[in-house]
Amino acid sequence: PVPCPSPTKKYLLYLFFATDPQLQQFIEVESQKQRFQQLVHQMTEVCWEKCMDKPGPKLDSRAEVCFVNCVERFIDTSQFILNRLEQTQRSKGSFSETMDD
Amino acid sequence: MDGFGSDFSAGASGGKMDTGTIMEQVKVQIAVANAQELLQRMTDKCFKKCIGKPGSSLDNSEQKCIAMCMDRYMDAWNTVSRTYNSRLQRERARM
Repeated sequence: PVPCPSPTKKYLLYLFFATDPQLQQFIEVESQKQRFQQLVHQMTEVCWEKCMDKPGPKLDSRAEVCFVNCVERFIDTSQFILNRLEQTQRSKGSFSETMDD
Repeated sequence: MDGFGSDFSAGASGGKMDTGTIMEQVKVQIAVANAQELLQRMTDKCFKKCIGKPGSSLDNSEQKCIAMCMDRYMDAWNTVSRTYNSRLQRERARM
């Protein structure tokens, strides 16, 4: 007889998490927190390059303003790109469908 | 990860698995991962800022620079986190 492939641990774990409503909610909340943290890491790195010359004894107000603006514009940029991509996708909708075929 | 797997099979076969323990373990692992991420990025950035030409040891001025850089990186991280958080709140309020 053909041996039945045993499900991987990962898959079992997934099933386990997915069927327990408490864990399900926990994972959702933690994933969201994790996405937030990840973006903070990323933006700190990007804005550090833009805003920091020589690290001084304290974060001066000019740098602080730069960091705040940098974060706001980074998010604006990401939203702008997303919107524009959506728009071009929509106007080229029929075109890309024929491309897919 | 082995612990996870065996815990799971034990839970499936009989005794109820402690959900709270899993959640605690996951939280600890997430916290460790975040600390590692911060450490790695901070090391990259402060090495770049403070070590012009790597010499035979970390000299005094380099150590001072690294210490200051670490503190400023944390300031920057907190400022970015605060700004992003208030932006999210604003956008949520607008919806």
